[in-house]
Amino acid sequence: MSLRTPLSNVKGLGSAKEGAHHWWMQRLTSIALLPLTLWLAFSVASFGSMSYLSVVAWMQSPLVAVAAALLVVVLLYHLQLGAQVIIEDYVGGWLRITSLIMLNFACIALAFLGLFSIIKVSLAL
Amino acid sequence: MAEFTLPANSIVKKGKQFEAPTGATNTKRFKVYRYDPDDGQNPRVDVYDVDLDSCGPMVLDALIKIKNEVDSTLTFRRSCREGICGSCSMNIDGMNTLACIKAIADCKGDVEIYPLPHMGVVKDLVPDLTNFYAQYASVQPWMQTDTPPPPDRERLQSKADRERLEGLEECILCACCSTSCPSYWWNSDRYLGPAALLAAYRWISDSRDEATGERLDELEDPFKLYRCHTIMNCTNACPKNLNPAKAIAEIKKLIIQRKT
Repeated sequence: MSLRTPLSNVKGLGSAKEGAHHWWMQRLTSIALLPLTLWLAFSVASFGSMSYLSVVAWMQSPLVAVAAALLVVVLLYHLQLGAQVIIEDYVGGWLRITSLIMLNFACIALAFLGLFSIIKVSLAL
Repeated sequence: MAEFTLPANSIVKKGKQFEAPTGATNTKRFKVYRYDPDDGQNPRVDVYDVDLDSCGPMVLDALIKIKNEVDSTLTFRRSCREGICGSCSMNIDGMNTLACIKAIADCKGDVEIYPLPHMGVVKDLVPDLTNFYAQYASVQPWMQTDTPPPPDRERLQSKADRERLEGLEECILCACCSTSCPSYWWNSDRYLGPAALLAAYRWISDSRDEATGERLDELEDPFKLYRCHTIMNCTNACPKNLNPAKAIAEIKKLIIQRKT
């Protein structure tokens, strides 16, 4: 049985004095994802029976390549922010810190993979 | 860590049945959660058939009638019986509310009465609010100033500034909001919950208070404040029709405002 006072328990380690940035970035990435995902959906829908080569040619336009790169980065940033909240909500103890580390590694790796692929296709390397 | 299933000793069993007195024609069935920490038994749900012709209109009236006339072991908090003290908060028909202002007529079918969700139970319908009150204390719900009060009068506040406290200062700390919030269920050890945050915003909004910055500093924390995911159960549950979800959103806005 703990002899700590209830107030001592509530105060805990004190305020982290952060969290606003995380919250704000979640909002900004949501706003940015609205046009980006719509753009991707409409583009993919308009491919129709386009050949592989013409899709590659489309990807080589600087505007398309930059939009795709933005989508990959913003989407994975948003995923990282959101999944972090879910982990903090439901997972405790050493599993929490482990999952957060895995999440960060996975999101950064996926972002670099996406960016590299876009560069490869758009520069026809 | 979030727990989604009840531990074995918390699983609710079937309890006793108390019939209405013979000759009663207008009866209503009340299913009430019972738990006694001293008897070593699991919680149970007792069923009381109450004669509404000799009972007041509110759920609290029925509970008092049961305690007076049927089963004196039934334990619950109550005081003012008019929605101003916040003692008789409990879960009635699946909603957190005050038993004294919840009309029996508004309950369709049997009336199911449980203590406030996801709190330790002291006995029957009495939840342990120790942590809840400590969270309230932790937001320092009193006026803080560097300027000493004028020697000859009270601290003045314009009518417009007083208006800003409407919808904030009426909170009676019944805990209906906080205990309806899933985020509070999972993380009440670190998340302050809607009631304490509404109280914090009440003082942040007070034109006479001089500690706004320090208050925002204390709240800016991934758990204390940002566990709120705008689920809005708090606003839905509040028996005083206050809007804790909006107060929390306003705190988040102020924190962004001072950064930009």
